[in-house]
Order: sequence, then C-alpha cells, then structure tokens
Amino acid sequence: MDNLPRFPKCYKAESKPHKFCPGCGHPIVLKMLGQVIDEMGIADKVVFMVDIGCSLLAWDYFDLPTTQTHHGRTVPTAVGFKMADPEKIVIAYMGDGGAYAIGLQHTLTTCLRNNPITTIVVNNTLYAMTGGQLAPTTIDNEVTTTTPGGKTEFTTLKGPELLRTIAKPEAYFESLKNKVLSKTGSYLKNKVLSKTGSYLARGSTDKPLVLKQYLMKAIRSQMAGNYSFVEALSVCPTNWKTDAKKTIQRIQELEKEFQLGEF
Amino acid sequence: MKQFLMGNQVLAKAALDAGAKIMFGYPITPSTEILETWAKFCLKDKSLSILQTEDEMAAGFGVIGACLAGVPAFTATAGPGNILMQDAFVMAEALRIPMVSMIVQRGGMSTSTVIYSQEEVRLTCFGGNSEGFRIVYSTFNLQELYDYTLKAFQVAWKYRWPTFILADGYQGKMMGEIEISNFELPISNLKPILTKGANLRNCYNLEEEIGEIIVNYSDEYNKVRGEIEEYEEYQVENAKVILLAHGIVAAAAKVAVDELRKKGGSIGLFRPITLRPFPAQAATKILNKAEKIIVLESAIGQLAELFKAELFGLNTTLIEINKPAVGFTPEEIIKTIVSLQ
Repeated sequence: MDNLPRFPKCYKAESKPHKFCPGCGHPIVLKMLGQVIDEMGIADKVVFMVDIGCSLLAWDYFDLPTTQTHHGRTVPTAVGFKMADPEKIVIAYMGDGGAYAIGLQHTLTTCLRNNPITTIVVNNTLYAMTGGQLAPTTIDNEVTTTTPGGKTEFTTLKGPELLRTIAKPEAYFESLKNKVLSKTGSYLKNKVLSKTGSYLARGSTDKPLVLKQYLMKAIRSQMAGNYSFVEALSVCPTNWKTDAKKTIQRIQELEKEFQLGEF
Repeated sequence: MKQFLMGNQVLAKAALDAGAKIMFGYPITPSTEILETWAKFCLKDKSLSILQTEDEMAAGFGVIGACLAGVPAFTATAGPGNILMQDAFVMAEALRIPMVSMIVQRGGMSTSTVIYSQEEVRLTCFGGNSEGFRIVYSTFNLQELYDYTLKAFQVAWKYRWPTFILADGYQGKMMGEIEISNFELPISNLKPILTKGANLRNCYNLEEEIGEIIVNYSDEYNKVRGEIEEYEEYQVENAKVILLAHGIVAAAAKVAVDELRKKGGSIGLFRPITLRPFPAQAATKILNKAEKIIVLESAIGQLAELFKAELFGLNTTLIEINKPAVGFTPEEIIKTIVSLQ
C-alpha cells in the first residue's frame, strides 16, 4: 500500500471519491495542480475559485479556501480578491465555455491588464455539464447536441494564441513587484521572472507531467506579479461518447489541432 | 465640517469616510462622477485602489472578490448597468457577501434617459432570482446620500446582505452643502470571508438542500428587519390624508405638506427610507388612521406594490399618482391633492 501514489496533501479527503464522471479529465488537471501546490509549499497562500459548468464540482476538492462563482465570472472575482489581498495566490479554474464564451471579456481584459492571477481553463471542446453543446473550441465537423450535422460555420477559438496578441511580456504591476522583491529578498530571481511577463501555455491531460510544469511556471509567474494562463486540453468520454481507447485517440488527434507548448 | 459637493462626489466621499478601500466600476451616466472622484482619491491615498472594469458584471464580481478577502469595496451603476450587475448581486445574496452598490437611477426601460426617475425600485429590490434578500436605502437629499452611504457599509458587514444606496440622476448631479463627519465609524464584523476551511458554493444538488437554506435566510432576514427598517413620518398626527413617497419625490411632497398645512389641510407624509426591508409595521400603524393614502412616485406602482404587498387588509382608500420617469414639483402635488378633495 505504501508504494501507491498518494493524494496531494492539499486535497480534502472527505470529498473523495470526487464527483466527476469516470474518465473525466478534470481530476487529472486538479491532481497536477495539487501536486504543484504541495511541492511549492504554498497551500497557506492559495485561494481557489471555480466557475459554473463541470468545474463547479471542484468546490470542495481541496482543503484550500475555495468559492464557486457564476458562469464566466470567476476571473473578475479573482481579480477583486487579488487587489484586496495581493499576498495571496489566486487561481481561477473554469471550462472553455466560461473562459472563451460567456466570460471571454474577462479573459481578454485580465490578460491585457496583466492582472497577477492564474487562470486555468479545461478545454474539452464542448459544454459538458449541460450535455455536450457547441463551444467556441468545438472543432470543424465536430458533432455536438446543438450542431448535430457537425460544426462548419466558423473557425475554432485558440485561447493562448489569441491572448498572445495582447499579452505584454514586460508589463507588471510596479507595486506588487516591489512587494515580491522585499519579501523574497532575491533580486536576481525576480529580475529573471519579470522578464517572462505574462505566462501563456497549453498542456494536455494526455501528458500530465508536462501540464504540471506549466502549472508550476504559471503560479511562479503570478508570484512575480504577472498574469498567467494555462489551458489544459482535456477529455470528456461522457459527451464524446467514447470508450477509453477512443478517448485517448481523440485527445491525441486534438493535440494536432490545438498546439501544445508555451506561447 | 461642511463641504459644497455634487451628489456623486458626496457618494464617493461617503464611501471613503465609511472605510471603503476599493471601487470597481464601469462608467455610466448619471453615476460616472463617483468613479472619477474615487480615482482622484486614489491619487492622494495609496491605501486606496480602483479598477475600471470591462463591464458591470466584472465590477460587481470584483467587489465580491474584495469582500471575500475582507476588504470593504463598492461599485456604482445605473439602468442597464443595474441589470448586468444583478448577476453579482444574487451571488452576494447566496454567499452573504457585504457588497455595497450605489444605484443612480435612470429613466425608463432599456437605455432611455439619464436625468431622473424612480424606475429602478423593483429591479434594485427584487432584480435577482429567489427572494430579494437585500437592504435598499432610498435617499432624498445630499445629506442623506452621505449619511446612508456611511451606514450602508456598516449594515452590509454587520448583517452580511448586499446593501444599496438608491439615488437618482437628479440627486447625483445636484450640488449643495453637506455636513461631513470628522470621525471614521468602525465597520463591525470586518474580516476575511474566504479563509482556510471555507468551501463556498452556490450550486446545489437537491431542491430540499437549497429550500432549507432559503427558509433559513428568510427567517434570519425577518428576524433582523426591525433593526434595519427606517422611515420618516412628517405631520402624520391626526392627518386625514397621508402622502406616501420615497426619494426625491418625498422632498417635494414634504414642501407640499407644509404649504397645505398652512392652508389648514389635514395632511402628512410617510416616507420609507428602507424600501427593502419595507418598514411595514410602522407604515401600518401610521397609515391605518388615515382616511386616504396618496402614493406619489416617478414610476407606475413600483413603490405602491411594495407597500400593498406588506399591508394586505388595510381598509383605507389608496390613490396612486404615477409619473413614470418624470419628476414632481411641490406646486403640482398641491394642485393634485386639492383637486382630489
């Protein structure tokens, strides 16, 4: 038993087993995030906020201060919290509907302003909680319940690529930077980090350890006073109506459509 | 200390004196000067901050975020902005967030006018889903804008219901002298809400679960409403006719009462200051003795319906004078009342 992988320490044991569907990608993303929080030793600083849609099922996933918000409104709530308490590490967790449809204005504006929060978007190319409808991330010819003949009307939204066009690599909040400097006492480290500016990446639940590295870098970026954004390409066997083998095949195909990496 | 200020400046100044630290807002006439005034305060005082958001939803949820961290924050909006902000207001009701919002009413449906109206009463009191667990103060002059904003922050954090200052474009843009307090009243119960051990949610699996929460909220709201309710009674003793008005219409009605009293009229005024919770007990006691109640409002029945909902069975003639989105002068109130005699 001792050799089995352990739950991250920041998990809330009482809420396990989790509430996501069998085979869902969310628990993989959350496990990587939990490991990052443990390894960085930041559990006492993290504030976790979840959106509406499947992400809301993570409202009691961690033994961390956590709140649900409304659909698309996790990001502005996170910005408000961060302004009020800049010492905290604020993570906004949502799906592609929350980040790219109903809350797109917040995603764009926080990136434009380089607000020092971390946004994590789980992208499964559809609205999962409501039963698999069209999302901005739905790919060409993908069948959803609202595009039963396959989606052909418009292109596919690519979050990190879109944000790259407005992210300001050298921008940061001056006051926050000073606070980080005085607290860590590490001038060189901060100098390096501040050069990275806003951090944008896309990982995949098919490659969880790479995703974990992106999540860690994103949180470091927030700690240095910058905006950070990680999209996790994910799976939804329930709405994709795929078995385990086809689920893996499909996410690997999606990885050709949605380029993985840092942006 | 007296200062000569515009209504919207009064609101910003009052938020400052109340201990607010952050304003989130999106410009909208006739409330914009609140945001502009706060921006100037932020230049002078580095403990304050401001965020001009991408829309009213972000402003509302920004306030919620700051309150979750235990920092008094506020927003201001009007009309269509009030509609968008209902998204945040209902979450504040669900999670008991002490957010303070200033509503500087516009006229009419949709975009309409910017100067004056009392058309956002229903929206501000009951604009969300569920039961409207809110506190709404309707002010009637510049001094009240100041005094009730100070109070709004205290009451919001004490009872943890979203709290509103309901003004209008006229009060927002009016200029005059007000008395500024020289001391800062401490906000009780001011502490972070989203802390270790707190897992907050607003989504439930079972009807019974949320049903129980609504009942508990309702009980709690009804238990404290007597402490929150405020009203002004003016010349109501033995008055045969009592005017019922709120906000700036009540200011005109008060002048009309004075004039009619001089001519020997038996008339008084009942002015609810909290529209939510409505001061029902006081209203029943006072209005029950009158022969006639005349409701005056710059809307169609929005005040009257609050009143009627609370006073079922009152055996008094009720006349409603509605001027949607249009103001009242004391002269026309006098003329109307004389014609009704």
